[in-house]
Amino acid sequence: MPRVVVKPEVCIGCHLCEVWCVVAHSRSKNILKAFLHETPRPVPRVVVEENLPFTLPVHCRHCIEPSCVEACISGALYRDPLTGRVEHDADRCVGCYSCVMACPYGAVVIDEVNRKIARCDLCKEMGEPACVKQCPNRALVYQDSFTS
Amino acid sequence: MERFDYLIIGNSVGAVGCIETLRSFDKGGSIAVIGEEPHHVYSRALLPYYLDQEVPVEKMLYRPVDFYERLGVTPVLGRRVVGLDTAGHVVKLDDGRTISYGKLLLATGGRPIVPPIPGLDTEKENICNFVALQDLQRISRLLPSAGRVVVLGGGIIGLMAAEALHKKGLEVGVVELAPRVLAPVVDEFTSRLIEEAFRRSGVAIYTGTTFKEVQGGERATGVVLTDGTSLPCDLLVVAVGVVPRVDLAREAGLAVNRGILVNQQMETSAADVYACGDCAEVYDFLMGNRRVLPLWPNAYAGGRVAAYNMLGMKREYDRATSMNAMHFFDLNIITAGLNTAGEKDGFEVISRFDAGSRSYRRFVLKDDRIHGFTLVTGIARAGIFLHLMRRGCAVTSFKEKLLEGEFGYLTIPEGLRRELLIDEGVMSEHAAANQ
Repeated sequence: MPRVVVKPEVCIGCHLCEVWCVVAHSRSKNILKAFLHETPRPVPRVVVEENLPFTLPVHCRHCIEPSCVEACISGALYRDPLTGRVEHDADRCVGCYSCVMACPYGAVVIDEVNRKIARCDLCKEMGEPACVKQCPNRALVYQDSFTS
Repeated sequence: MERFDYLIIGNSVGAVGCIETLRSFDKGGSIAVIGEEPHHVYSRALLPYYLDQEVPVEKMLYRPVDFYERLGVTPVLGRRVVGLDTAGHVVKLDDGRTISYGKLLLATGGRPIVPPIPGLDTEKENICNFVALQDLQRISRLLPSAGRVVVLGGGIIGLMAAEALHKKGLEVGVVELAPRVLAPVVDEFTSRLIEEAFRRSGVAIYTGTTFKEVQGGERATGVVLTDGTSLPCDLLVVAVGVVPRVDLAREAGLAVNRGILVNQQMETSAADVYACGDCAEVYDFLMGNRRVLPLWPNAYAGGRVAAYNMLGMKREYDRATSMNAMHFFDLNIITAGLNTAGEKDGFEVISRFDAGSRSYRRFVLKDDRIHGFTLVTGIARAGIFLHLMRRGCAVTSFKEKLLEGEFGYLTIPEGLRRELLIDEGVMSEHAAANQ
């Protein structure tokens, strides 16, 4: 399935993936405007774990049988059988956080301000995920294979 | 007589889990779903949200309006199944119609419990259950003229209903028979945190008592509790829980205990008949035995496993146990497993409460693995714990870390981390060699 794979051995823990994730999901798509003027600011959809010197970015895996979809009470989370992507319809999300309970990777992010969740959507409207594109050390790789 | 390759009785989450899996593999087989209510598949779990936020009815739908059409499913809605002949592979509907099937799934759900208390009758104008869209519609009609409401049942649904009604401006009292709210679901400490949140918000909680009687005639005017307290009300919500709906299965001669008995392939005692969800007694991977686990994710997963086995692809149901994500006022809570178990049951318990953030964590351990956990307030990434529990991972070497708010994969020792992440493609193979 399409997903972002990490090479933690070359991740330098700069958190730029989080920054560019916020920009990619902002209204303006502009780094300054997004951080200075947009409220509420989008939450980063990648979790960068830190246990120095080690760092590990974790993204949604777009699982074939997603535990989050299984747990979702509203139908907001679903897997598109054509693209293999797990999608989230934020309008339908009621913020029950059942998916937070279910995701084995802890890759569902809580958006407290909007009482909803957010997770990696692979920047589907932009081609390549912004975090992958902007990672200064190529620690993130976009794997676009639907077969595996 | 109509015939379908796959026939599903019940039109909720278990049915959807089954249909979506069947259609991933079998594009041509005929599928029909029979629903007692006339509605498109909707989510019962959203009922309390509907009460609180006034979302339109369309938002109650669990799958889009073109769901049946897109997946090639024949919906038979507003019809009840009155007979099942497992030898002949035929069901009979309440309009006299008969339908034959190749494989059958019973996903008949649960029936709301109404305790035998004088005057407690949901036929009365202002006494409502809280499990179906119809109940919600009744409550919505009664709300404009209601000022005081009593909720019977301090479980998840009762408390969510109480919070929603309180936010609507009603004076709300919750009556719970057990000495504390949510007694079967959370530990005592968490119960107290929840009770405190309700009381602080102005909702009255009466524990260790129940109704002695309901007063009034066609319309309930109040209740008297067993301790003599009198609570006047304009609306009475009964939310004591549900029992499996097993009548059809029992009459058809299937093996039934509290719920319809199924093995790990979700097969009932009758050939080609499967069951899942609230009506069934299913395998709990932690307990190692069968029990009723009437929870949303378990029902979906049960439908999926049933579908695999209906398709002849052997698959076992091995991920279900008790699990709940809840929120009451400002408290977010996630629990899973035998989270209420304690030292006296032979478990090791570790816990931490931070008075400042009001966050609470409790882990129940045994034989080097997690058997249950409770997270209050700091619920982020809770699924990692459920994952460790499902995989039966050894946690003793890092058990103190479980209580830390920043727990993540980097807290897990390298060998186990690698095993958990590389298999699943979080880390590249290259990383395995280098890290």
